[in-house]
Amino acid sequence: MADKEKYLRIQNVVKKFGDFTALKDVSLEIEEGEFICFLGPSGCGKTTLLRAIAGLDIQTSGQVFQAGRDISALPPSERDFGIVFQSYALFPNMTVSKNVAYGLENQKLEKSQIEKRVRELLETVGLPEQGEKYPAQLSGGQQQRVALARAIATSPGLLLLDEPLSALDARVRVHLRHEIKELQRRLGVTTIMVTHDQEEALTMADRIVVMNDGVIEQIGTPIDVYRKPECAFVADFVGHMNFMNGQVVESDRIQIGSQQLAAKTNGHKPGQAVQVAFRPEDLVAVEDGDMNNAISVNLKDIEFLGSFFRADLTGGDLGQSTINADFSINLSRRVNLEKGRELKIRVPADHIRLFPMEG
Amino acid sequence: MADTAFSGKSVPIKPKLSNDDWIMRGAMILIGLVLIIAIILPLYAMLSKSFEDSDGNFIGLANYVEYFSTPALFQSIYNSLSISVIATIVVLVTSFLYAYALTRTCIPFKKFFRLVAMIPLLTPSLLSGISLVYWFGNQGVAKELLFGESIYGPIGIVFGSSYWVFPHALMIVITALSIADSRLYEAADALRTSKIRTFFTVTLPGAKYGLISAGFVVFTLVFTDFGVPKVIGGNYNMLATDIYKQVIGQLNFQMGAVVSVVLLAPALLAFVLDRIVQKKQVALLSAKAVPLVPKPDAKRDMFFLGFCTLVAAVIIGMIGMAQYAALVKFWPYDLSLSLNNYNFDVMDGGGWDSFYNSIELGLWSATIGTVVIFFGAYLVQKGRGFEKGRGLFQAIAIIPLAVPGMVLGLAYIFFFNNPDNPLNFIYGTMIILVVVTITHFYTVSHLTAVTALQQMDNEFEAVSASLKAPFYKTFTRVTVPVCSPAILDISIYLFMNAMTTVSAVVFLYSSDTSLASIAVLNMDDAGDIAPAAAMAMMIAYTCLGARILHALLSRGIMKKTAAWRGR
Repeated sequence: MADKEKYLRIQNVVKKFGDFTALKDVSLEIEEGEFICFLGPSGCGKTTLLRAIAGLDIQTSGQVFQAGRDISALPPSERDFGIVFQSYALFPNMTVSKNVAYGLENQKLEKSQIEKRVRELLETVGLPEQGEKYPAQLSGGQQQRVALARAIATSPGLLLLDEPLSALDARVRVHLRHEIKELQRRLGVTTIMVTHDQEEALTMADRIVVMNDGVIEQIGTPIDVYRKPECAFVADFVGHMNFMNGQVVESDRIQIGSQQLAAKTNGHKPGQAVQVAFRPEDLVAVEDGDMNNAISVNLKDIEFLGSFFRADLTGGDLGQSTINADFSINLSRRVNLEKGRELKIRVPADHIRLFPMEG
Repeated sequence: MADTAFSGKSVPIKPKLSNDDWIMRGAMILIGLVLIIAIILPLYAMLSKSFEDSDGNFIGLANYVEYFSTPALFQSIYNSLSISVIATIVVLVTSFLYAYALTRTCIPFKKFFRLVAMIPLLTPSLLSGISLVYWFGNQGVAKELLFGESIYGPIGIVFGSSYWVFPHALMIVITALSIADSRLYEAADALRTSKIRTFFTVTLPGAKYGLISAGFVVFTLVFTDFGVPKVIGGNYNMLATDIYKQVIGQLNFQMGAVVSVVLLAPALLAFVLDRIVQKKQVALLSAKAVPLVPKPDAKRDMFFLGFCTLVAAVIIGMIGMAQYAALVKFWPYDLSLSLNNYNFDVMDGGGWDSFYNSIELGLWSATIGTVVIFFGAYLVQKGRGFEKGRGLFQAIAIIPLAVPGMVLGLAYIFFFNNPDNPLNFIYGTMIILVVVTITHFYTVSHLTAVTALQQMDNEFEAVSASLKAPFYKTFTRVTVPVCSPAILDISIYLFMNAMTTVSAVVFLYSSDTSLASIAVLNMDDAGDIAPAAAMAMMIAYTCLGARILHALLSRGIMKKTAAWRGR
């Protein structure tokens, strides 16, 4: 056994539904107090993994340890967690206070204690005046706060959030995102949130677990996942990414289109065909004529996205390929961004990532 | 990544069951076993009886050979089939026009017409036969309208059957016609489609599945009904009356079993076909349609108002005649009114006691039945794991719908009257009547409960488990209050059917447990037709009272819970 046991340890978990394998040998460790996001497209197994941790759909094989206890086979009622669902799942016939008190009543607390705790909790989630209302009388965002208060009422060791913000309006979603994160930090409760929204994961998580097709593709901090994607899937799924076919020329040089560029080739051999990836916002328009690691392109189209412009670049060194580049409003004031214009674009060597060709 | 720390094989996990799981599975198995005893084993007993001689020796298909070589017996198959087909056509056409009037036209008094159409549900099917006797029988007031034809026979059976199954078909067709999408009609209008063409290309296809479903329901009800042909059928033999004659008249139980199997087969076939059709329908329903609001059309509305008035007049005429005849001193010679016919205690049929027995049966069936059926549906819908067991339970719960009451009743004789059966002691008691009634009407109640439960968030159980609440707490504090309208619906359904059913209980009552509907049958049999009408009307008033009580309760619950039902 390791010197310090992690709070939650998921070991070789496999979940089969008939012939379909939803989780393929998934292993993961989570520290106490961490905020973890399971991120991935629908059908990737993220919710399945969450439900296995909760005991709602117990895995076919593999183990789950929580605080050193083997909970692999335990029913949900014998585990220690609070859960919030996308649908809120508030009991419609009970007032907000009754909903929040529901779990406390099962702890055989005194009535006055329960009332006090419910007041505290409603205060915590910012609904101090709403205790006597029914869920149907609240907005979606308010209902989800109540669900959150109910889930943390019994001070569980683990908080599970299953797409808690997906049913809400964009504005409410952004707002509640911060509040949940703030609350989690204050309580220090280990939290796992399932989401398909990368922005949510990037802003909220301490670490993101990117999943695809029943396996974990990468585990890392939001910055690592964004800046150093370990595979083409993660690079593509998180943020916007340009992909081009290319070739390694030397140990520190690659070729894309008709141009050679400096890049870290970490491990890829000269002569090897690779996928070359770089993000639109990492591209720099050359204004001073310095052609170091730059390519020459044509501005095919440009789209205004509020705080920046996104350009379609093609031709020149790129040949038939098209890539995107993001240009700041500031730049647009200095540089003429007319359609059809030729541009020089620097691709900083640090921001180029190489992935093996697929298939 | 620290993959090395995890290296190792994936250990298979056998989920541990919580106390809740044990209790829920145990309860479900218990209810499942009761269902097996109440439906599967009796049917099996009946089936095996049809292969035995009167001494209980296995004789293979000999009984069936005898059946099919006796023209008097197998002629009934043809009779039952043709009557059912004709009645189905009559009822489909009538109920479609009536439903069309209620949903697609602007006739006045829609509420009134809708209520009148439900009247036949209040009474045993026997009543329509009795009414027909007074209208068109040998001393009937409108006998001339038949131009010398006798009401005792096919005409009476078709007429009487059509009357009592009308509301069953109407409810289905109204539902089918209510889900029209006005955008389709606007599109047809925009394309300058004629009204007739719109009707055949939009309206009819939209209601197709409802009509098919209604067709199966009507066919099965008429095919398996016993009440109408018993009273008005004369010498015209039908399968359901044959069973009765074989068993009660000739005590030929084996032949009764054979006829039951013959009766069961088409009913089963109709049931299976209907389920296949219904499965298709779900896929065809579009999610968000714009409801159609009919526009006035003087000519059309006049026609449909006339039609509805005619149908309503017939319905009121039927029940009104029964009430009138019940109050008349001595039909047709002394038409002065009296309550003499309500003096049930001096007639054959069990007297007023049978009426009280019926109420007792209704209350027991409604309370016990609702509790068992709703709880069973909850266990099936919301249980965790145990998919096979839950699937099996669901399958068994559907079976009673396919089994005609006569068949079920006879099957109960074979199974429970067997001295070797440890449950033999319930034979001839109120208990067996309650069991057979709940079983007979199990499926519709079960499906009502399932529908209500499916509308509840599936995560309630997950949340409760995470909050360490035992399932029964969430069941009583959340599930039951939220489903209370459906629970009320189930109980009124069971009560009314317990009051009006004849077919299943006719083989199972004893002198101590005679029922009102049985009394109607027996008094009619003995020639006391007016008292039979009086008793049938007592049933009608009781059902009406129950209905009103149900409506008041429902409204009360809705009012009290409006705050949280919201929207």
